[in-house]
Amino acid sequence: MTKIIADNLKYKYPLSDKLALDNISFKVEKGEFIGIIGANKAGKSTLCQALTGLVPHFYKGAYGGKVFVDGLEVKEHSIAEISLKAGIVFQNPFTQMTGSKMTVYEEIAFGLENLGIAREEMQKQIDHAMELMDIASLKERNPFDLSGGQMQRLAIASIIAMNPEIIVLDEPTSQLDPEGSEEVFLAVQLLSRQGVTVIMAEHKMEKVAKYCDRILLLYNGEIIDFDTPGKIFSRDDLKQYGVVPPIFTSVCRELGVKKSGTDEYPVTLEEARAALGRKVK
Amino acid sequence: MIRVENLTFSYPDGPEVLSDINLDFDMRSTAIIGQNGAGKTTFAKLLKGLLKPFIGDIYIGDTNVRDTSAAMLAGKIGLVFQNPNDQIFKSRVLDEVMFGPLNIKLDKQTARKKAIEALKITGLADKLEVNPHDLSLSEKKLLCMASVLAMDTDIFILDEPTIAQDHTGKETIRKIIQSLKERNKLVMTIIHDMDFAAENFERIIVFNGGKAILDGDASFVFGQKDILQQARVEAPAAARLAEELGLAGTFLTEEELIKDLRQCGERAQL
Repeated sequence: MTKIIADNLKYKYPLSDKLALDNISFKVEKGEFIGIIGANKAGKSTLCQALTGLVPHFYKGAYGGKVFVDGLEVKEHSIAEISLKAGIVFQNPFTQMTGSKMTVYEEIAFGLENLGIAREEMQKQIDHAMELMDIASLKERNPFDLSGGQMQRLAIASIIAMNPEIIVLDEPTSQLDPEGSEEVFLAVQLLSRQGVTVIMAEHKMEKVAKYCDRILLLYNGEIIDFDTPGKIFSRDDLKQYGVVPPIFTSVCRELGVKKSGTDEYPVTLEEARAALGRKVK
Repeated sequence: MIRVENLTFSYPDGPEVLSDINLDFDMRSTAIIGQNGAGKTTFAKLLKGLLKPFIGDIYIGDTNVRDTSAAMLAGKIGLVFQNPNDQIFKSRVLDEVMFGPLNIKLDKQTARKKAIEALKITGLADKLEVNPHDLSLSEKKLLCMASVLAMDTDIFILDEPTIAQDHTGKETIRKIIQSLKERNKLVMTIIHDMDFAAENFERIIVFNGGKAILDGDASFVFGQKDILQQARVEAPAAARLAEELGLAGTFLTEEELIKDLRQCGERAQL
């Protein structure tokens, strides 16, 4: 089942004379985990906002083409309506906190209260979200006393608790240590395996290569490619788009070692070990 | 350059965040690594004089941090905060970067010159009139770095400099660090990006549970698999791949690994 359709989306921020997104067309199926990569200013954050209605409803500006999120045309529906289908986690968790709640538990409850969900159901969803993001032990803490990593996990939990069909995450692991980043990717992968459609903008190529089903490569607001990690990171021209593949890929490319029986270079540690291991012995 | 003796610290009514830290910092560029919550950022704030030691002493040169103020230390030690929103407070990029130099009583013309130089180095020279809060996170991080560069202190501490940076941003930061080293500045960082740490810093210190549990040259530290595991720190990607392949020695960079693998290949006459 197709969950997201972008059809020739074009967008320009107010006061800007340049398109931030240009001719963006792609489709995402239910339960897919999609990575969005590209240099800064490629349009990753803007695309995340276009999938959740912040573009154009909040940012205004010039908008063309169509985006459908779980059947709703974004331009024709309010942010509130779209938020029931697609939740967004911002790059900087400070931006996400309500600022009005004194505990982690209340912060997660905020979105659910606004939806008028029954108390018992609300508690169940909050507990589930806290468990998934491993923050149950922090539930009485003030959100602003948390570390950057803990706060990011809280931001993600607040969205998970709303049970959206689609989750959009804009560089959610930038504040996290490697273990915390891995936890986020694992949790998000689990969600996608449960049928949630995930879109994540990221700079950590090693993780994108390991976890994402497909990768959307953006440059100057345009889609350069939309394919599997193996295909994307095997492109000869990646550097010209400001993207450096995982070290595992660069090493294998330099040595001319491809994945057995394919025309692709390894992109994960496991793939590189398998391909290089045959040569090293 | 910096001496830390028996340093113990806790926030009011909180548990110990740092416990009995003893470290000497020479001119080697140094990365402090460890999990979130290991005490790294608190340590940086103590060095900068923003927090006072609970027990123990910190000397910046001959000055005991306890006997001075953060304002007095501002000309000696610069800290780029992890979260730029904690650092930025002016409404124009140029004013933000000029604030520090003006604060240490440089005249306006000199402060402006230093600010513009720093903004050029960080790639923000075309944003002088922009409101810092309209910048992206990666640009804000570079702006904060410019503010500290403009102070031309002897010691630079960069808290998570590579957050939100793409390849070009990382290259900019790499060059800045290199040029600071060449100018005999002590560059320290707190960082989760192990590949960047391994490539750019000579000395690595691992913090775990408020203690410095491992300290040495990058190749030594990233070879201590068991201790790294205990501190839940991941070695750089090149080191992990080398280990998977059963290669002897510790590899810090892609280039080192490629060179060794080529030699392996030649030996096997591939």
